[in-house]
Amino acid sequence: MIEALISHYNYWLIIILMMLGLYVVVSRGNLVKKIVGLNIFQTSVFLLYISLSKVSGGTAPILTGKPESFSNPLPHVLILTAIVVGISTTALGLALVVRIRESYGTIEEDDILIAERSQDVSERNGGSA
Amino acid sequence: MNLIVPHLPVLQVAIPLIAAPICVLFTFGGHRKLAWLFTLSISWICLLIAGALLSRVVLETDISYAIGSWPPPFGIEYRVDPINAFVLLIISGVSAIALPFARLSVEKEIESDRHVLFYTCYLLCLTGLLGVTITGDAFNIFVFLEISSLSTYVLIATGVRQDRRALTAAYNYLILGTIGATFFVIGIGLLYMVTGTLNIADLAERLKPLSDNRVVHAGFAFIIIGTCLKLALFPMHAWLPNAYTYAPSLVTVFLAATSTKVSVYVLLRFLFTVFGPTYDFVNLTFEFVLLPLAIVAMFAGSVTAIFQTNVKRLFAYSSVAQLGYMMLGVSLCNIPGLMATILHIFNHALMKGALFMALGCVVYRLGAISLGSMKGLGRRMPWTMGALTLAGLSLIGVPGTVGFISKWHLILGTLESGYWPIAILIVGSSLLAVIYIWNIVEVAYLEKETSREQTLKEVPMTMLAPLWVLVILNFYFGIDTDLTTRVARNVAATFLGGG
Repeated sequence: MIEALISHYNYWLIIILMMLGLYVVVSRGNLVKKIVGLNIFQTSVFLLYISLSKVSGGTAPILTGKPESFSNPLPHVLILTAIVVGISTTALGLALVVRIRESYGTIEEDDILIAERSQDVSERNGGSA
Repeated sequence: MNLIVPHLPVLQVAIPLIAAPICVLFTFGGHRKLAWLFTLSISWICLLIAGALLSRVVLETDISYAIGSWPPPFGIEYRVDPINAFVLLIISGVSAIALPFARLSVEKEIESDRHVLFYTCYLLCLTGLLGVTITGDAFNIFVFLEISSLSTYVLIATGVRQDRRALTAAYNYLILGTIGATFFVIGIGLLYMVTGTLNIADLAERLKPLSDNRVVHAGFAFIIIGTCLKLALFPMHAWLPNAYTYAPSLVTVFLAATSTKVSVYVLLRFLFTVFGPTYDFVNLTFEFVLLPLAIVAMFAGSVTAIFQTNVKRLFAYSSVAQLGYMMLGVSLCNIPGLMATILHIFNHALMKGALFMALGCVVYRLGAISLGSMKGLGRRMPWTMGALTLAGLSLIGVPGTVGFISKWHLILGTLESGYWPIAILIVGSSLLAVIYIWNIVEVAYLEKETSREQTLKEVPMTMLAPLWVLVILNFYFGIDTDLTTRVARNVAATFLGGG
């Protein structure tokens, strides 16, 4: 039992990181912190892919001419794409946060909700009048 | 011609992808109108390609295209069969009809120095949606999903000129959309872990002996949750209403008609092609997850819609309900039910496209979209409000419209499964649609206009023509159902035949 836990320690770490990231996204009200959480969440998935590509006893996937076992290079390539996606998401998210701060004057979710609710109410009253 | 035809599958995606950076060049010299014309012609080229692909797969056989001549399953494969050819036709068709309407609407709603970049993002979004649909590689689906999502977040945020809430809507969608896409990619990773392949057809083969594997179960769950978040199934729909409400009119038309449908397609692909109803856990998902959620969505969406005063938000909530119908058809897992889902993907694109386009016309003249500001609009803008009412009838499901066709098959599906109480629930939820459509009709036709509305004029012909094309298609495909039902029956049979 203990051995099973220890031999799969990479997956345990990944799961902990994944849940940590997701929890930060859900629990924090600060828009920048949410994006930090999202990054941790995405990174855990990168690690999942990288660690599953490891072949025990395998070397780096470089052609040396000698017959030897090497790790699977495909997940590395896939994750390269996913990292690019992650960067663009972060960049776009932060750009949106800058614009939100410019028009609301805050990046706390609670304050933004209050501002939006009062906008909703004034719209409803203005509409029916 | 022989040079081009074998490469149509890749051109379908490559043309808008290459066109997007070319479109940026129109910034120099500020050729705004040229950028629009360029996007319009690219959309029409995509539509022609999609039409050619659909006619080929329906009349002849499925197309498999190996990117870079790497044979599948090692290289990335583009695979066209009737279902995705049909979805490709819907995406490019909606785009081709919506763009003529776009020019005036975009001019009104977006700052003029942003137009060129707006159309660039639009082309990228189109690329992403077409790519998700056509590809036969599971990881490729994720990549294209993110291309379309990232450009969608930008497109929604451009609504900021009308209302600053577009920014928070785009931000929330970014957070939830990324979580959804990441769940999807975790699922793909888990499946890759046990099968060592990413090709969808190969995946389906290799998963067959692994139906009791825990990793496969976990991967399946991650993929289903991820796609359901993207398609806004009921408890995961929180991003949708604000995103649709505050996005510019063109974006709402395009997203409402295509993006959630593409996610429904991805879900169908995984439920039926990769896994299939022969697996016990897939059947359990149908019965205990998708079926109840779909029914709750039908009612929660419609009831919330009744109480909305912002008409765009009203139809956004109605989209949540309509997605409930689509998922109900999936969860029934029989031929009429699946036919209903596939038909509704097409039919809902027609009716929501028309409805949001009509609202775009109202925004063009009125600048606002609350129920209170639409008093007496039926007399001032008869063509726009007429289209809105007719498309609304289609949404309710009046016989003679496309809405009736999909609900008819859905009810047949529930009866075939012996769920007759659900058939009654479908009728009940349609009656809720009558209430919210009537809310609009009452305000627009029966209330007296205020002095503000009396100065309003009908919108220009270039906006009305695409709107009425969609409305007429709503009735055409409601009466002549040959093409749509033939494709739907064909696809449903392949899905359930273990294909």
